[in-house]
Amino acid sequence: MTADAQAEPSAGERPPAPAGGDLVYRHRWPTRLWHWLNALTVFVMLMSGLMIFNAHPRLYWGKYGANRDTPWLQIGGDRERGHLVLGSLDIPTTGLLGHWYDRNGNLQNRAFPGWATIPSHYDLAGARSWHFLFAWLLFVPGVLFWMISFLNRHVQRDLAPKREELAPRHIWQDIKDHARLRFPRGVKARDYNILQKLSYLGVIFLLLPLMVLTGLAMSPGMNAAWPWLLDLTGGRQSARSIHFIVAMLILAFIVVHLVMVVLAGPINEIRSMITGRYRLPREKS
Amino acid sequence: MTGKITRRQALVIGTGGLLLSGCDRIGRTAAFRSVEGAAQDLTMKAQRLVIDRAALAPEFSPADMSPVFRTNGNVMPRSPAYLAHLESGFADWRLIVDGLVRRPLALPLARIRSLPARTQITRHDCVEGWSAIGKWTGVPLKLLLDGAGLRPEARYIVFHCADDFRGQPYYESIDLIDAFHPQTILAWGMNDLPLPVGHGAPLRLRLERQLGYKMAKFVMRVEAVDDLARIGRGMGGYWEDAAGYQWYAGI
Repeated sequence: MTADAQAEPSAGERPPAPAGGDLVYRHRWPTRLWHWLNALTVFVMLMSGLMIFNAHPRLYWGKYGANRDTPWLQIGGDRERGHLVLGSLDIPTTGLLGHWYDRNGNLQNRAFPGWATIPSHYDLAGARSWHFLFAWLLFVPGVLFWMISFLNRHVQRDLAPKREELAPRHIWQDIKDHARLRFPRGVKARDYNILQKLSYLGVIFLLLPLMVLTGLAMSPGMNAAWPWLLDLTGGRQSARSIHFIVAMLILAFIVVHLVMVVLAGPINEIRSMITGRYRLPREKS
Repeated sequence: MTGKITRRQALVIGTGGLLLSGCDRIGRTAAFRSVEGAAQDLTMKAQRLVIDRAALAPEFSPADMSPVFRTNGNVMPRSPAYLAHLESGFADWRLIVDGLVRRPLALPLARIRSLPARTQITRHDCVEGWSAIGKWTGVPLKLLLDGAGLRPEARYIVFHCADDFRGQPYYESIDLIDAFHPQTILAWGMNDLPLPVGHGAPLRLRLERQLGYKMAKFVMRVEAVDDLARIGRGMGGYWEDAAGYQWYAGI
């Protein structure tokens, strides 16, 4: 029996466990399709979102907030320097935020630089067009992925942590292993480890829904239809702040995710997300 | 900026630049515009589906009001006619209600103030992202439109304003669902005082379920039309014409 046939998910019960070096079927098509769609969508959402932030680079808590009110976060700059003001902290960001040079070599004092935004020049209307077009691509396939992943038991089988995995000792061990870049090998590498499960569940069922809900909470139209959005978020300006914080958490997830892919073997990892097939790392002899 | 750019940085910047200018270029194509237009349409239809036509925007208590309600956009129209009216306290100024109506109106400000008024403490959301909460008093637009008698062909209400940007007059337009909404008022009072010039004296539209740029200030004329194509550059409002802002600003 080949490794491939052995690992096909259609088989009713799991045949004998594969070993290091075997090619196993790891990601089904809905997961792969959604992954690559999001690889595009989330970047467009993040970058057009940063452009929208640039239109008013201040964040507040509560129901209202404008220039004469006190922000908890503010990004700005002048001819000499750029800075990010976080509460009472004043962090210099010259050359990066609030003080950067555009492609023509002109100094700009907008918060996020052109290379991080869509469009790359100041264009709030354009950024909103991108943001609300891709919002549909985030929302509709996201809901479909949720439904399919419950139906094909991806959530229950692959993502839901097992009781023993949630033991603090197990989680701590996994954190130590990650920190030492000691990744699972052989059959153990076929399944997600607990940190993967928790971060994927967190992104799929917490961060992405929060993005959608806080996004809708900023809509004056939706506020009329669903006033509970404002109760849930603590007001429109709080919703805007949470929207930004969660976007940064998603960005942090992507950074860690990409680093882990590189460390775990980028070719094998990327292939598994394209074809579904993943070669189990060989056990250390 | 000082410091040498390493080859790796150059590569990153180069690749990033390619991707970005790619996005910029895609954003300008006719194909993207039509996809994006379809998405805007979908957004409006989806919102109209979940927002009952009579659903009210949240109203707040006096304790929730912004200590300072900032102004923005034009804060002082330049037209000599407007300045003359301002000088005389709008004593012989008239609001024109015309277009596809049976009985065009020309209403003095005193008459408008004597009509039944609605007062609402609502949140003003700028497309830029800031919000301010203030108290507005004015005449429901529905009363004026009923008084003038809309003809059946009328589909949109256009607000012609006294202010301009580089010679382009400000205007905005809404559909009849919003025009007849109970919170849609032409406000003549703000925070218990006469509407200040910076906020659009003598009259400003309040359209509480959409963003600030829809809420035309310095309203001089209310026109009922069947089509927006003939007005301005045809996109339904000054910012829609000038910078591609969305006509439906419910999000």
